[in-house]
Amino acid sequence: MTSSSLSQVKTYSFWYRYKRYIIPSVLATLLLIAIIIFYRLNPAVTQAVLASTIRQSTPLILGALCGILCERAGIVNIGIEGQMLLSAWTAYMMNVWSGNLLLSVIVGALTGALLGMLLAFTSVTLKLNQIIGGTVINILALGLTGFLYQTGMTTKGKLQPIPLGGLADIPLVGPVLFNNPPITYTAIALVFLLQIYLFMTPWGLRTRSVGEHPRAADTLGINVFRTRYINTIVGGAIAGLAGAFLTLEAVGSFERGMTNGRGFVALAVMIFGKWNPIGAWLAALLFGFANAMQTQFQFMGTFDIPHQFIGIIPYVLTIIVVSGFVGRSRPPAAEGEPYEKE
Amino acid sequence: MTAETSVKKPANWLLSIWRSIRVPLVAIILALIIGAIILLVTGVSPIKAYLALFKGAFGSTKYLQRTLEKTTPLIFSGLAVAFAFKAGLFNIGAQGQLLLGAITSAFIGFSLKGLPPVLHISLALIGGGLAGAFYGFIPGMLRSFTGAHEVITTIMLNYVAINITDYLADGPWKDTSPGNVVAMTPQIEQSARIPFIGPVPVGFLIAIVISVLIWYILGKTNLGFEIRTVGLNPHAAKYAGMRTKMILVLTLVISGLLAGIGGAVETQGVVYRYQPGFNTGLGFDGITIALLGRTSPLGVIPAALLIGAMKAGSNVMQFEAGVAKEILDVIQALMLFFVSADMIVRWIIRVRKESAEEVTLTTSWGQK
Repeated sequence: MTSSSLSQVKTYSFWYRYKRYIIPSVLATLLLIAIIIFYRLNPAVTQAVLASTIRQSTPLILGALCGILCERAGIVNIGIEGQMLLSAWTAYMMNVWSGNLLLSVIVGALTGALLGMLLAFTSVTLKLNQIIGGTVINILALGLTGFLYQTGMTTKGKLQPIPLGGLADIPLVGPVLFNNPPITYTAIALVFLLQIYLFMTPWGLRTRSVGEHPRAADTLGINVFRTRYINTIVGGAIAGLAGAFLTLEAVGSFERGMTNGRGFVALAVMIFGKWNPIGAWLAALLFGFANAMQTQFQFMGTFDIPHQFIGIIPYVLTIIVVSGFVGRSRPPAAEGEPYEKE
Repeated sequence: MTAETSVKKPANWLLSIWRSIRVPLVAIILALIIGAIILLVTGVSPIKAYLALFKGAFGSTKYLQRTLEKTTPLIFSGLAVAFAFKAGLFNIGAQGQLLLGAITSAFIGFSLKGLPPVLHISLALIGGGLAGAFYGFIPGMLRSFTGAHEVITTIMLNYVAINITDYLADGPWKDTSPGNVVAMTPQIEQSARIPFIGPVPVGFLIAIVISVLIWYILGKTNLGFEIRTVGLNPHAAKYAGMRTKMILVLTLVISGLLAGIGGAVETQGVVYRYQPGFNTGLGFDGITIALLGRTSPLGVIPAALLIGAMKAGSNVMQFEAGVAKEILDVIQALMLFFVSADMIVRWIIRVRKESAEEVTLTTSWGQK
């Protein structure tokens, strides 16, 4: 009796302790097998879909990383859409004007950082409602880019894929993962960098404490205002990279309202990934995959599903997750509240 | 002191109006000044642009009619956002509720035939309102019973609504008349179109009546009192025995109803069909309007008139002064910024905040 209940406790605790590793590894294995089967059946399409998944997920993960940095420090950023849009435009204009792609990327990131600073100024210094601060950024970016945009400009080119030596020659994995343009590589590197920053460094711990309990953080001598400023500005720069990705890497030109809701999907990605860089990356890949499949279906015309139904999926999934129907996603506790020093 | 106030009552009444409009007024002027600077930098005379804008909005009966047409749905979306603010809810989803209202009213408008106008118009309006109300009910229930913050859920629902309406306008409800390749519904029947009295659309009058009604509900009824109490302090409301969860749901339902009617009015009074992309931004304009109107149902009317005039005048401005009309979005964003960052405005005009004119807004999704 005692021994059996003891072993029950043991098995329970084994599952309980390791389920966070077991479930993902089982899923990953299944996914891998599925990919290999599809690759054997139709190599060209499988490769195209996976490569497109990576491309589609890049702006989403960059936007989500911006959201994570801001929200972990307690600032709600619904202005990601606007930050992306204005940065896309400035990066494009820099490319038209100078033809220097590196300079254009930097200008895009700086634009995002500047808008991040505006958000920090409104929400930290002015203690304005953060949702309104974000909405101001969105309308402002839409208006400014629409007002200043002129048609008929040409650029000298866009960012090209850089094959990573011998890695790019591996079948399937090479072309999908190791033959990408620079911003895509940067995005993947940032995922891991930010994961380490947030959860393994003292600065990350400070950021999270500011987002969870600013009063306690302040008592410990952490500068709440400065932390919020830095995170929002760096986050803005990352959203700026997402904008630069759109005009310099993906499309090569600018159109009015070209972000087309990606900033809001990035919010969904952030929530879906539970405010966690690696989680958000997986979510971004999932949403990117849904988009890639949607394009593929339309292209092949095999299924008669209206593409709008596939377009709904990310949003509905996000509603389900925030409602706690499947795996609750909890935001940082002090989010959205301006901090008042006593 | 008290004797003095009772003697000077009419003056005080005027003073309180002045106090509630001075901050929005200065915010509007600041936004226009910065807009003028942007115009100057891009080499356009701001005076010429603003004069053309004014002419395009009020210069003739035709223009005035257009301004009122544009204003009508804006009153409703402003009311929708302002109403939710009163219960401490931020309804970013007015856009989605409005889209569903617009397409539902279009469907009722083109599918039912041979009805008397009064019946057809009201049916389509009510149908649109109910669609919006249903779409407000979802985030309301989620907020009350799962704790999912309405800002997230309504942002997501906006995109769901865009997809649904795109699908309907390009699929089952598409205009099948020969030669049409665009995604849009057929034109609605003549009997569903909202008529005009002179240059004044009847919808505009309905909007004013409903604004007064909402003002009455919020200020003079038990329900309004409960909504405002929940907005000011949900814990106190709960402690006082109010059913806060039901009130939150009801608030979003009414807010959605108003936004839905706004969409219906746009369909029945301006566009006469549903076409994707025609109503973009109306819901977001509602946020600016609600805040310019200090979240008061009556304040929403002049605020909507201002934004409506800007929208209506934009064409003439573009044509006569050669200014891209997107500059008005920039000005609108600045208005939203200055009216909500009222400490800047107060610092400029050197007035302190008074508790009576304070606008309480919900904070964000970190809070439960």
